[in-house]
Amino acid sequence: MDVELLEIRQFMGQFPPFDGLSDELLDAIAERVEVSYFKTGSDILVLNDTLDELCFIRSGAVEVYRRQGELYNRLGEGDIFGHFSLLRNHKVRFPAQAIEDTLIYFIPNDVFQRLCEEDDDFADFVELERPRLETAAEQQKKSNDMMVTRIRKLVTRYPVMVEASTTLQQVAQQISEAQASAAIVINQCSGNPRYSFQDSEGQTWRMEGIFTDSDFRTRVVAEGLSPQAAIGDVASSHLITIQSDASVYEAMLTMLRNNVHHLPVVYRQRPVGVVHLSDIIRYETHSGLYLVSNIFNQSSAQGLAKLAPDVRAAFVRMVQEGANSQMVGSALSTIGRSFTRRLLELAEAELGPPPVPYCFMVNGSMARNEQSIVTDQDNALVLSDDFVAEEHDAYFYALAKFVSDGLDACGYTYCKGDVMATNEQWRQPLSVWKRYFQDWMENPTPERLLHSSIFFDLDSIYGEDHFVETLQDLIAQKAPQSPLFLAAMARNALNRTPPLGFFRTFVMEKDGKHNNSINLKRRGTAPMADLVRIHALASGSKAQNTFQRLNDISNTQLLATGVSDKLSYAFEFLCMSRLRHQMIDIQEERVPDNNIEPENVEDSERHTLKDAFQVLSNAQKFLKFRYPMPSQRPRQ
Amino acid sequence: MLGIRPRQRVTQANWAEYMATREQQVKDPAIRQFFATPLPAEDTPISQVPMIALDMETTGLDEHHHAIVSIGIVPFTLDRIRLAERRHWVVKPTRPLSDTSITFHHITHSEVAAAPDLDTILDELLGRLAGHLVVVHFRNIERPFLDAAVKARRGEGVMFPMIDTMSLEARLHRQTLWARFRRWLGRPPVSIRLNASRERYGLPAYQGHHALLDAMATAELFQAQVATHYRPDTPLKDLWC
Repeated sequence: MDVELLEIRQFMGQFPPFDGLSDELLDAIAERVEVSYFKTGSDILVLNDTLDELCFIRSGAVEVYRRQGELYNRLGEGDIFGHFSLLRNHKVRFPAQAIEDTLIYFIPNDVFQRLCEEDDDFADFVELERPRLETAAEQQKKSNDMMVTRIRKLVTRYPVMVEASTTLQQVAQQISEAQASAAIVINQCSGNPRYSFQDSEGQTWRMEGIFTDSDFRTRVVAEGLSPQAAIGDVASSHLITIQSDASVYEAMLTMLRNNVHHLPVVYRQRPVGVVHLSDIIRYETHSGLYLVSNIFNQSSAQGLAKLAPDVRAAFVRMVQEGANSQMVGSALSTIGRSFTRRLLELAEAELGPPPVPYCFMVNGSMARNEQSIVTDQDNALVLSDDFVAEEHDAYFYALAKFVSDGLDACGYTYCKGDVMATNEQWRQPLSVWKRYFQDWMENPTPERLLHSSIFFDLDSIYGEDHFVETLQDLIAQKAPQSPLFLAAMARNALNRTPPLGFFRTFVMEKDGKHNNSINLKRRGTAPMADLVRIHALASGSKAQNTFQRLNDISNTQLLATGVSDKLSYAFEFLCMSRLRHQMIDIQEERVPDNNIEPENVEDSERHTLKDAFQVLSNAQKFLKFRYPMPSQRPRQ
Repeated sequence: MLGIRPRQRVTQANWAEYMATREQQVKDPAIRQFFATPLPAEDTPISQVPMIALDMETTGLDEHHHAIVSIGIVPFTLDRIRLAERRHWVVKPTRPLSDTSITFHHITHSEVAAAPDLDTILDELLGRLAGHLVVVHFRNIERPFLDAAVKARRGEGVMFPMIDTMSLEARLHRQTLWARFRRWLGRPPVSIRLNASRERYGLPAYQGHHALLDAMATAELFQAQVATHYRPDTPLKDLWC
């Protein structure tokens, strides 16, 4: 290998699918790379042109479009494109354009074909469903809210506007009164010059400049100017503004590019507000946080129930603004946990301190940090072994009832399976809980486990955390050595299967039946969470979140390489589809549910959903094979 | 600054005439062949000019006291830089290699000791350059060093037109009214070194000082310069010197 190509080879070797290639193949690529520079806005691939090279982005950013011109994908450093065409007829199907100054490495077709032939992982990467699922999932991540939210959303009030003849002192007073930090300087004018607008009395004004807090320091005090000087003589006439429909991101770039902290927002020519850099920063960080602090400020269960609309609003915003399912899931779970904790605090305040220590345990999606907006409550009480039912149970029943009723009022409906601390069976001391879990794992049948698999997602949210940790340890230690238990769990995990896919307006089932809607939780996310849970149990993982479990699983030999990534992308996509449809339900003032109607599914989503169902279906087949029921095992 | 001297300018020379004259005069067959291969005419659009990026590492900055250590070339056009056709040679300097230049270029004494004299690769180098427009970053190294080295070995030098990405950058950042105004304000001049120039076009930073990598970096820079400040049909004469 020539050392001079080390640079290229090392760089490419960091990114999939090149990261798994042998040194020899990497050399073969670096050896033959051709390079070209593309200025922002220039075409890299033009529809229907002949393509004989794979494109690798060395630096910059590229947008890939569908034939009709809609955005298909946005790619950055280390990404590849053009492989679809190379695998088909060498005609460009997805045109590509540089959206930043971009340097492309072109890999000749014969090298590309050699890579596909000699390296299966490379071939999988470029051929199989993974890119589509991945790009869909990535796209959701990348198009973050700053790109799509318009700056006008951040404008909360009219700007302070002062005439050029106003004295500096008066301007300072007006800015202080308005609790603002800048004023826009205007002057009467005639005609229609730039930045001119008419007020309600038909008078034409022109925006002359902006004067900020720091200008008072640099232009007034530091210069020794009199407070009686007219602002028009001092204000900077160098005006940088932004249109109200520009994105928050563009506003931020404008500020950075021009090194200004205040930006007048104009609608057409009229100033409608001023945004400050801190508004943008606050916007980026706030959302869920306010809600959580608000939860802890409520002094009654009724007060908490009033926050339910805020939860929905936060949810809609997050989905709309491109958060991924992990962000939404953990934000909603954090909110749910906060409600529960606050209810427990309020309950203890009303009932007095607990007679014996306890731990409030959550199960199911809240334990996995994967809540959506449509969710019921799954919880239980793990009590200290000092618990004496006759003396103490009345207290804990009251506590459980208070929390459960409170949660129901806040939108977390009662559990239909009665997995709630109000159920005596699930309000027991630690020693009893240990017995439950041992019994489930030692004497498993699919029927017995049918309703208890939910307990294998468990987390403490209040009180003696170590009670639940003890149970988690017990499971992690025992489950990998319990093939019968895993087989029974696997059997149950196959009860719910994905459909084949969609055709126009109906769901195609495997038996050829058509349905008009599909429950995406029952047919997608839940079976996926179920099957991941089984692999996680088999691998002794203590993680509860599906993505974290997949991560743990990928560190073992349980699944073939790359499978856990594939599952992860598919899960992300299924979750996001579900969340997006719930968001649409809320926006259209329907009660959000887990159903999606095929006619509301866009083409691209339909294809990707089909891919995701296929991944799930394959994984279920493997599950049956990997954890067989002993009776099906051939006798030796 | 490091002993870089201004040199007499050869810009606006009538290159075609110069090359033709030299072809008649030179005796060395390789050099004659080089001058006999026609270059694109001066009004050829840059998009149609076959180019070759050239970079060399030297033991110092003065061609009378220092020598060439390595040479890298990459042929390219406005569309494509063709790495597969690259060449890189380490050559034995006629003057000893100082320790500072060793650390600078990452070329070791033993590599140099095993290297051939420039003379043995000269025919191939000239053969590859012939008919291509040579693109360098800072021609005041490559041009005099090559000329002196060839003269020392074959008794006759080589001069030819070049595109200098550094002087293109200087036109933009050192010679404009705005640049003079900045200087008048006492602002430091914009750096026109290879990596600093590349950064302005969003080109990645390479771990520099390898002749071939720098040649490639220069070719990329030139593509970026044309894409940003010129057009594919800009005539060659506006760019070379």
